[in-house]
Amino acid sequence: METAKGERWITWIIKMSGYSSILFVSLILFFLAREGFPALGEVPLKDLFGARWYPIEGYFGIWPLIFGSVLVTVGALLIGIPFGIGTAVYLSELAPAWIKNILKPIIEILAGLPSVVLGFLGIQLAAPFFRQFLNLPTGLTAFTGAVLLGFIAIPTIVSISEDALNTVPSAYRHGALALGANHWQTIWGVTVPAARSGLLTAVMLGVGRSIGETMAVMMVTGNAPVLPSSLNALFLPARTMTATIASEMGEVATGSTHYHVLFFIGIVLFGISLAVNLTASSLALRSRKRAERLLS
Amino acid sequence: MENSEAARTSRRNALLGVNLLRLITLLTALPVIGVIVYIIVRGAPALSWEFISAMPREGMRAGGILPAIMGTFYLTLGTAVFSVPLGVAAGIYIAEYAPDNRVTRLVRIAIINLAGIPSVVYGLFGLGLFVLFLKFGTSILAASLTLSIMTLPVIISTTEEALRQVPNAFRVVSTSLGATRWQTIKRITLPQALPGVITGVILGLERAAGETAPIMFTGAAFFLPLLPQSPLDATMALPYHIFVISTSVPGMPVEIQYGTVLVLLIFVLGMNVIATLIRNRARARRQW
Repeated sequence: METAKGERWITWIIKMSGYSSILFVSLILFFLAREGFPALGEVPLKDLFGARWYPIEGYFGIWPLIFGSVLVTVGALLIGIPFGIGTAVYLSELAPAWIKNILKPIIEILAGLPSVVLGFLGIQLAAPFFRQFLNLPTGLTAFTGAVLLGFIAIPTIVSISEDALNTVPSAYRHGALALGANHWQTIWGVTVPAARSGLLTAVMLGVGRSIGETMAVMMVTGNAPVLPSSLNALFLPARTMTATIASEMGEVATGSTHYHVLFFIGIVLFGISLAVNLTASSLALRSRKRAERLLS
Repeated sequence: MENSEAARTSRRNALLGVNLLRLITLLTALPVIGVIVYIIVRGAPALSWEFISAMPREGMRAGGILPAIMGTFYLTLGTAVFSVPLGVAAGIYIAEYAPDNRVTRLVRIAIINLAGIPSVVYGLFGLGLFVLFLKFGTSILAASLTLSIMTLPVIISTTEEALRQVPNAFRVVSTSLGATRWQTIKRITLPQALPGVITGVILGLERAAGETAPIMFTGAAFFLPLLPQSPLDATMALPYHIFVISTSVPGMPVEIQYGTVLVLLIFVLGMNVIATLIRNRARARRQW
């Protein structure tokens, strides 16, 4: 009888631990809302989505920040997608075992580098290099941020893409090769298209990783919350949503309008990451179901 | 003739394409190696016994970084205290108990969601709940709790995966010998999955140790040349210290900057190496 009682206790504890994730997501949402929604009452909606972020004078327009995040993320994807997927294709389709054994730890090291370390390297190495190389007045630009973010997104894209490519049945490859296709034709004509929803998941998660990244971006993008006036905005300083929260939260008075607006930006970020991750996981689910159907 | 012309073209394209992929991979991997080597070369001269065992002096421009090292150590430990039992238990629930129903799907969505929330948003949440609402103040406790929730999804999913790899026959045999579900987990499944679980735990803690944004407003101090006396004290921490000395301290010697980065890298990548060793050893020994 003693063990039956103990068993019930343990089972209950384990079950509650399992449910705790739901509790935490709700708590996060609740506390973001509690501190962030007052912003809606204090700043007219028109001004909140205005074009000017200048909190000291009461301008709380978050468009420049949203623009900054989008600009840097798109730039990061331009680097992260070809390099991430290219590396994954090479790893899964072409690389001999000994190269894999070297490459995989390297990608893991990249994944493990704290973003503040990448930001530091951005300040020390990347920014001066791009300033000279591209002949810019400052190296602390959206472009430098995008390059760093590209590297931050690469490990995510590589590992999810590689998984996706590995689930493509080898019968596909053998079939293509037997029909006379060479390696390259097999990869582009058969394997990559067969893995495309998995690759899309990888890209989505890369987007999520990039848009939420804070320290590296804050340190190298030059902290200028402005809407672009021309096409070369990529080579000018910018400011993302995440960097704004991180750099201003330390200096605001608790309960002020500025404080509430920073939490409101947090709600926007939460919403974006929720949308991106749910899309990615539903894509992943769909591709897994299709793979199961094909293999059975 | 035309046929062989086409064959030549496609052969040339294939060669080009394969070499392009090789180049791309090289361009991804080389900067990583380069950067690590560069940090070691630039940072190693700063490393000394004083550097890792003394308080900072002259506005952090000289002396050591002991409070930052200890701070990161305490934060990592605090994160482990909260996130390991909870995360492992949650992983056990999902792998061994959870029925295939709507609540379980909700749990899964919640975990995916937790994994995707930007680190700075965790910082806001920690500030709102732990620092202000629960009145822990800017403290090791508040920062550890914030980092714990951020680390949970990593620990949960790796625990789940490790448990799922244990062959079902183990469970069936154990149950048929009269063991209850918990006895089976405690004596059979969990010990078999333990290396995988430990690997996941270390990787999760590694991430927590390197994070800056979640601790900026919950526990990290700009400059505090004291070792923390209680969990309710604020503390310096390596990642935040790197941010501070590379952006906000004019005239900071570059050597100390690289040295501090190197110490954080040793801390973080050291954990990574340990995790990899445990995983490889377990794989080699596994009999199923």
